[in-house]
Amino acid sequence: MTAKPFKVNDDKKQILARIKSALKATAPKSGSHDTEPTLGRDEITAIPPLSQEQSPTEKPAEAQREFTNQLPILNNGSVSGFQQWLPAVKEDWPSQAALFAANSVELKTEFFLCESEEDLTARLQALKTECNWTKAASHQGELTAGVLQTLGLPTIFTDGGYEIDELEKCDVGITECEALVAQTGSVLVTNRSCGGRALSVLPPHHVVIARREQLLPDLSAAFALLQSKYSDNYPTMISFITGPSRTGDIERILVLGAHGPKRLTIFCVA
Amino acid sequence: MPTSAGTFKESAQRLTSDLDHRFHIQKSLKGYETKRDENKSKFGSWASARDAASEIKWDAINHLDQYLTEFVDKIEARGAQVFWANDGDRAREYIVELIRSKNAKQIIKSKTMTSEEIHLNDALEKAGFEVAESDLGEYIVQLRSEPPYHLVFPAMHLTRGQISETFTKELGSAPTDSPEELTMIAREVMRHKYCTADIGISGANFAVAETGMISITENEGNARLTTSIPRVHIVLLGIEKLLPKMEDLALFLPMLATSGAGQALTCYNTMIGGPRQPGESDGPEEMHVILLDNRRTEILADPEQRDALHCIRCGACLNVCPIFRNVGGHSYATTYQGPIGSVITPHLRGLQEWKHLSYASSLCGACTEACPVKIDLHHHLLHNRRNAMQEKPNRLEKLAFKGFAFVMNRPALYKALTRVGRVLQKLHPIVKASRLDPLLPWTKTREFPAVAPQTFKDYWSTR
Repeated sequence: MTAKPFKVNDDKKQILARIKSALKATAPKSGSHDTEPTLGRDEITAIPPLSQEQSPTEKPAEAQREFTNQLPILNNGSVSGFQQWLPAVKEDWPSQAALFAANSVELKTEFFLCESEEDLTARLQALKTECNWTKAASHQGELTAGVLQTLGLPTIFTDGGYEIDELEKCDVGITECEALVAQTGSVLVTNRSCGGRALSVLPPHHVVIARREQLLPDLSAAFALLQSKYSDNYPTMISFITGPSRTGDIERILVLGAHGPKRLTIFCVA
Repeated sequence: MPTSAGTFKESAQRLTSDLDHRFHIQKSLKGYETKRDENKSKFGSWASARDAASEIKWDAINHLDQYLTEFVDKIEARGAQVFWANDGDRAREYIVELIRSKNAKQIIKSKTMTSEEIHLNDALEKAGFEVAESDLGEYIVQLRSEPPYHLVFPAMHLTRGQISETFTKELGSAPTDSPEELTMIAREVMRHKYCTADIGISGANFAVAETGMISITENEGNARLTTSIPRVHIVLLGIEKLLPKMEDLALFLPMLATSGAGQALTCYNTMIGGPRQPGESDGPEEMHVILLDNRRTEILADPEQRDALHCIRCGACLNVCPIFRNVGGHSYATTYQGPIGSVITPHLRGLQEWKHLSYASSLCGACTEACPVKIDLHHHLLHNRRNAMQEKPNRLEKLAFKGFAFVMNRPALYKALTRVGRVLQKLHPIVKASRLDPLLPWTKTREFPAVAPQTFKDYWSTR
């Protein structure tokens, strides 16, 4: 039953042809209507668009970007220059950790800096008692292995596949992460390193265990990390988790735990 | 059948005089405004960030064929199947056939305005499938058989009392006035559906050409679950959603969150590039991407208004629009409400039938100022008016403007007419607000400004 219901290429050709034909005329930049007299539709002259004929595979990434870089706004040598316009992050680790902690308060994430692995297990034990966990879900990992042993909870490991109904019954999902982002208070997870797609979102409590050096300044640094770690073989799911699940759909009033975890606890081990 | 313009006028009039509705909407938006401004102020420079976002989108839209091809090649290489759809009919037929071929019954959806645009739910239900909207706001309006009120906050027009009533009626839950309890009712309903649904349908906020990934922005976690658990993931994507590079998201994700919801970053920003790969522990077996044109190429073919395709659907222009805030989202009767809806709907559905929306504007420019990608929204409203008039001239209006120009070019005549006006004004109270009143459309709800007893010129000469 895998036969495709339609011949896929018909619409593809037509849409691409319409795009090519439309792009023969160059569009003004946004904001230009404030300063230039408005031309009639027919008065706009056709200017050949840039690098129109190059195929995307042949075209070097730089050439494509060169066009954007001519613009005053991005004139500082790289396209990533927009970082400076985003919320600022200081360079040293203590400031970044303080920013992450401040963002966590705002987001209602519970964030703990642990002095040692013993400190981490003690805090986790306390959390286990507080929340009455009876069943946990996790994945194989350097950081998770130790804590799961000391917790001594019945645990599902998602690594080799699992029953979704079993995962749904777990009280807590314990994962590692790819990075913590100070700028936004986010946890970066991927399905390859953090136990798949559902582990970090289905159980009602998500516990993240991170190492001190995983704290990154901003989103750009997080994308750079993914690029250097995976280059052309990205995981199929990458997610920035910024606080526990929430909604404001009823009278714009904040409620935590809409569909994903009601609580998010992050432990950062020194 | 009533015309779109007639329906709009009727609904706008009704809702503008509904003070409870207006109070509720303004109150809802108040908190958003405070948080939005707070987060904007944390930017190094919001104005420059807008410039950068606008440039990146300009690049993406003006090289759309290249980026689309790059995106499709990349995501197909990861095992996703891509279908290009000229219009809503093609997309609907394809999706219905696809789901049939999987012998599926239950479908879970995360919020996608593009599916509203092509009325996908109607088609799916007609084909006998069970469809559940998982986003809380969308679920509420689905239960009430209403269209979304706002493209980001679908149920913002409803009070908790109305929502509780809906849940009691449709789900049999106990009445409550706690937003938290209401949210938990929906959470319980949905949790079972994620685990039993065969198909997950999502939209996408961005499609990244460089890596062949879609990016979904949400707060609730419903899109994460929709794209993780069911065995087939279907993505419906407008062709304008392209971004050239992965790192562009580092700019667009915070800007979308700030403009859209007044947040620094929304709770989940998820990039997905393909179905479950060998060695991965979960995820859908199949991923299907439907690339929808549905007359977006018509906007592309109008260079003057091409930047309307830069839109990232944040809803900021709705939130600041004095018209939207008074007439409400449902009056528009379009998929996309507010200024952006008024600009693009004539392209998507026909200029003459939808031109009236371009007149529903004070041209104050608040929308243009709020737009994170700098779409010249209020200019485009004027462009639509001009295009509509060029395409189908209105003789009466032309005559009126000719008359106006004639008078304004003749100072003596103008002076004489203001004198006449002063006299007629004295007679006005006789017919005022009655059916004989020539100024009735105005005087029905407000006072007509009086002609000054003395003109400025007269005053100046006798000073």
